[in-house]
Amino acid sequence: MSVLVRIPTPLRRMTGGKDKVEVESSNLGEMVDTLESAYPGFKERLVDENGDLRYFVNIYVNGEDVRFLQGLETSTSTGDEVSIVPAVAGG
Amino acid sequence: MAFVNGLVCRECGREYPAEPLNVCDFCFGPLEVVYDYATISEVISRDRISKGPISIWRYEDLLPSNGDDPVDIMAGYTPLIKARGLGKRLGLNNLYIKNDSVNPSFSFKDRVVSVAATKAVEFGFETLACASTGNLACSVAAHAARAEVNAVVFIPSDLERGKIIGAAIYNPTLVSVKGTYDEVNRLCSEIADNYPWAFVNINMRPYYAEGSKTLGYEVAEQLGWRLPDHVVIPSASGAMFTKIWKGFNEFACLGLLEGVEPMSFGADQNTAHHPAVTTRMHMTQAAGCSPIATAWNSGQTQIQPVRPDSIAKSLAIGNPADGIYALRVINNSNGSAYAVPEEDIVDGIKLLAETEGIFTETAGGVVMSGLKNLADSGAIKPDELTVVYITGNGLKTQEAVEGVVDPLMVKPTMTSFEEELSLRERR
Repeated sequence: MSVLVRIPTPLRRMTGGKDKVEVESSNLGEMVDTLESAYPGFKERLVDENGDLRYFVNIYVNGEDVRFLQGLETSTSTGDEVSIVPAVAGG
Repeated sequence: MAFVNGLVCRECGREYPAEPLNVCDFCFGPLEVVYDYATISEVISRDRISKGPISIWRYEDLLPSNGDDPVDIMAGYTPLIKARGLGKRLGLNNLYIKNDSVNPSFSFKDRVVSVAATKAVEFGFETLACASTGNLACSVAAHAARAEVNAVVFIPSDLERGKIIGAAIYNPTLVSVKGTYDEVNRLCSEIADNYPWAFVNINMRPYYAEGSKTLGYEVAEQLGWRLPDHVVIPSASGAMFTKIWKGFNEFACLGLLEGVEPMSFGADQNTAHHPAVTTRMHMTQAAGCSPIATAWNSGQTQIQPVRPDSIAKSLAIGNPADGIYALRVINNSNGSAYAVPEEDIVDGIKLLAETEGIFTETAGGVVMSGLKNLADSGAIKPDELTVVYITGNGLKTQEAVEGVVDPLMVKPTMTSFEEELSLRERR
């Protein structure tokens, strides 16, 4: 099940400059693991040592903040759009 | 000139050049400006500040932009007023109002935007942009007009009319987003990644946020180079709250306060705390969007985002970027946080208007009700020097107080007038 992941500038060095990638995954945790396989070191940037989403990283599935959904267990399906967005903005 | 060494990640300490960046490449932590305080301490003085422009640029030595040719519509140096009527009502004998509603675009946002716009022009940007709850859009559009650059401002579509017109009048590209502020902010973060624009509160955020320090400097200067015992502040992202505290501590560490010896800033400039700074920092939020106050009052050190549902739209940020740092400031200053019941906000607006002749917006209603709570509970003693920050103008949120309009309807005759007056007096 292919989802489109939008990559923010701080992570584009890892994706060879790509600002979006297609990933096969059924939930966010799986998506992160798949990205880690393709781009080693990717997971560490998003997830802390306890396996939780880092405080300064926001992830949205179809525009919805996953902290209001099931976090990294939020399911994804074909055609979904996932955005990884630095949290430090606004105000 | 700007005395800036670069940027540093507040979380992991990685260093970056002074460029249009706001987050650490590694940990996504916020980047903060690093100053050359050693050189600043050689040039800055009370006398030098006093002789400076009647705007935030009198503090240019402590701002991250070059003040020689700032984008300046005369933000700042707003009145600090002894609040006799309000003080009497609340039982506070030493109360002052920092009236920032009289800035050129009618909110404190002119301070931060003047700095960000100046920096954006320095960097060579041709477009100034922002994600806004309203006041910021007005200020960005106004400063872009002054700087002769383009403006693209993004707002939630349900904003008050006064804020929408207050931004549109400067002829920016106004983008009305069908969503909450947090959704606007997320969209703008993605746009900022793909367009060569200076988003004042995204890629320019480290510089922008520094402008709020001037709210601390001015109060200290206007009080005769001393600090208040208490400050009461409305909060959304928490950025302004933390920067007022930083401003107080910079003044103390640089020896600019009366009777205070200078002190080293230490290894981490952003957490420097001079022991002479004993001001207690009180945060107020609206109950319909109070993620920081809720975290503080439940003993949390992290912020749980919320979905805002408040009439105080300028404070309606459910996912506050500086929330955790604001919590630390409350803790370090022995301060407090209070979530004002929604139904008290309009009462707060009326209280300020009726006692001091100042018409503030809903955020001002929040801070007024918070102040009243602190006075009523005895947290602020009657003779303690207290400053309450009024950060926005009531003409922008008229919808909230339309109920006050109840005129005597009369015919143009003395008889009619006297009849109606008599009826009103008997009500």
